[in-house]
Amino acid sequence: MAEWIDAKPKNKAAAWLEERLPIIGLVNNVVGVDTPTPRNLNYWWNFGSLAGLMLVVQLISGIVLAMHYTPNTLMAFDSVERIMRDVNYGWLIRYMHANGASFFFIAVYIHILRGLYYGSYKAPREVLWMLGLVIFLLMMATAFMGYVLPWGQMSFWGATVITNLFSAVPVVGDSIVTLLWGGFSVDNPTLNRFFSLHYLLPFVITGVVILHIWAKKVSDSGNPLGIDVKSSADQIPFHPFYTVKDAFGAAVFFAVFAAFIFYMPNALGHPDNYIPADPFVTPDSIVPEWYFLPFYAILRSITFDIGIPFTDVVIIPAKLLGVIAMFAAIIVLFFLPWLDTSKVRSGKFRPTFRIFFWFLVIDMVVLTIVGGKKPEGIWPVVGLIGTAYYFAHFLVVLPLLAKFEKTLPLPESIAQAVVKTDK
Amino acid sequence: MSTINETIDGEEGASRRDFLHVAAAGLGGVGAAVAAWPFIDQMNPAADTLALASVEVDLSAIGEGEAVVIKWRGKPVFVRNRTPEEIAEANSVDMAALVDKQTDAERVQEGHEKWLVVMGICTHLGCVPLGTKAGDDRGDFGGWFCPCHGSHYDTSGRIRKGPAPKNLEVPTYAFLNDSTLKIG
Repeated sequence: MAEWIDAKPKNKAAAWLEERLPIIGLVNNVVGVDTPTPRNLNYWWNFGSLAGLMLVVQLISGIVLAMHYTPNTLMAFDSVERIMRDVNYGWLIRYMHANGASFFFIAVYIHILRGLYYGSYKAPREVLWMLGLVIFLLMMATAFMGYVLPWGQMSFWGATVITNLFSAVPVVGDSIVTLLWGGFSVDNPTLNRFFSLHYLLPFVITGVVILHIWAKKVSDSGNPLGIDVKSSADQIPFHPFYTVKDAFGAAVFFAVFAAFIFYMPNALGHPDNYIPADPFVTPDSIVPEWYFLPFYAILRSITFDIGIPFTDVVIIPAKLLGVIAMFAAIIVLFFLPWLDTSKVRSGKFRPTFRIFFWFLVIDMVVLTIVGGKKPEGIWPVVGLIGTAYYFAHFLVVLPLLAKFEKTLPLPESIAQAVVKTDK
Repeated sequence: MSTINETIDGEEGASRRDFLHVAAAGLGGVGAAVAAWPFIDQMNPAADTLALASVEVDLSAIGEGEAVVIKWRGKPVFVRNRTPEEIAEANSVDMAALVDKQTDAERVQEGHEKWLVVMGICTHLGCVPLGTKAGDDRGDFGGWFCPCHGSHYDTSGRIRKGPAPKNLEVPTYAFLNDSTLKIG
């Protein structure tokens, strides 16, 4: 457990404030000179703070966009076009917000994969990991509802497909869908509530982020070697070492972000969303945003019922099974700390685990591709295999590896390992 | 603690306290649920949304083999004037081959067998299937084809292939006369 250090500001006004509200100490204990941090964090450790920065970008750009946007089915599309054409710098702010969602997900996906590779979910960081997953779920809900707001074709049909997932729930499914819609189809009441919730959820995310950072403070940062900090020789202060490293990473990340905003602002979007929503015309193919594609592929991969063999009795219809599989793909991550029981945290010392880790990455890429294709020809089969591997990785491969893998010897301490490689 | 309580209050006193705890928590729970209900129910369709008119359709404009889309309750309804071959095809299907077993007769009204009236909403995830307009892809079974996830419906609107679990829903409708249909 991390030690808490009281700040003693030299400045009189600061000291006065600190006595009444120890906020300087709070910041100092999270990212300051009094936050001892493992000395060997590599660039994969940048993506947590990058995700935090993207949350700030989304909050600021989103609050500004809400000043010009109209959540009404008759006016929403036009109000977005007005932002693009007439509002001062509206185009810039909207492109920041639309591409910002993608870059937020890029940062978070890399952050999650880093956690998977280096075993960041293992004791004592299980709650830290699970809070991260809660943030991920909230982000998905927020992004989905945000995509509906411009009221283009993809907005409308994406909303229709995703809300209809709940109709798969036995008995009360249709009532739930009606409740979500506030009518008999995705319509004005749906748009209004999505706007309300799209504005609310980022602040809920901010709250969970604070818990996430708090849990990190309590359990300390992990590190690429996955061994515990043994002495102060293993550590350096967060500031200035990691504030500078994070700032440099942010500059590079934002340069790429800017390239998208200014040179290819629509590369990650779908052209059909520049067609106003039409409830009578389904687009040629409904494609979610890229960051949902692996889960969309899992949803669509299930096309068979589960029933009693040799009878017509269906226990779980294909539609429900697909929905269950999609949600299970995320739920399974909550159990990861107890599925991967290997004592060694870092993939660096787990040669076999490392191979399977890259299988999982490839599998996610394949599922992303499948999710973007029409469900024809070879793709449904590829999707089913990809889905099977995804679950097998977590439910079969990791538990077995924990039992049978021969791990490499761990270094004695971080300092010893780092000094050795320096020579 | 409990032993001390028991000696002071006696067994009767302890159980009375338990009862008060349960009763207070129970009443609080019921109160919370009652207070929550308006905030949940406000999401359900409002009175103006529920005040739905029915729709009348002029059938004389729909030629044999053609179909139209009607908007009813904000949703599309397909009205199809089927050819004799299409009706024969719908009747010739082996029941065992169907996912959602229904005869063609159960899906149309007696004496009006050529008119097929179904909701234009794929029972998988709510897309509008293709096949109503001339030149549309009607799928492998000559009815409708949903481009979203590849569900094929036959000339009776029954699911034949793909992920959809049910046949296209048949709404409530009546024939006012030979050329007027009332949906709803």
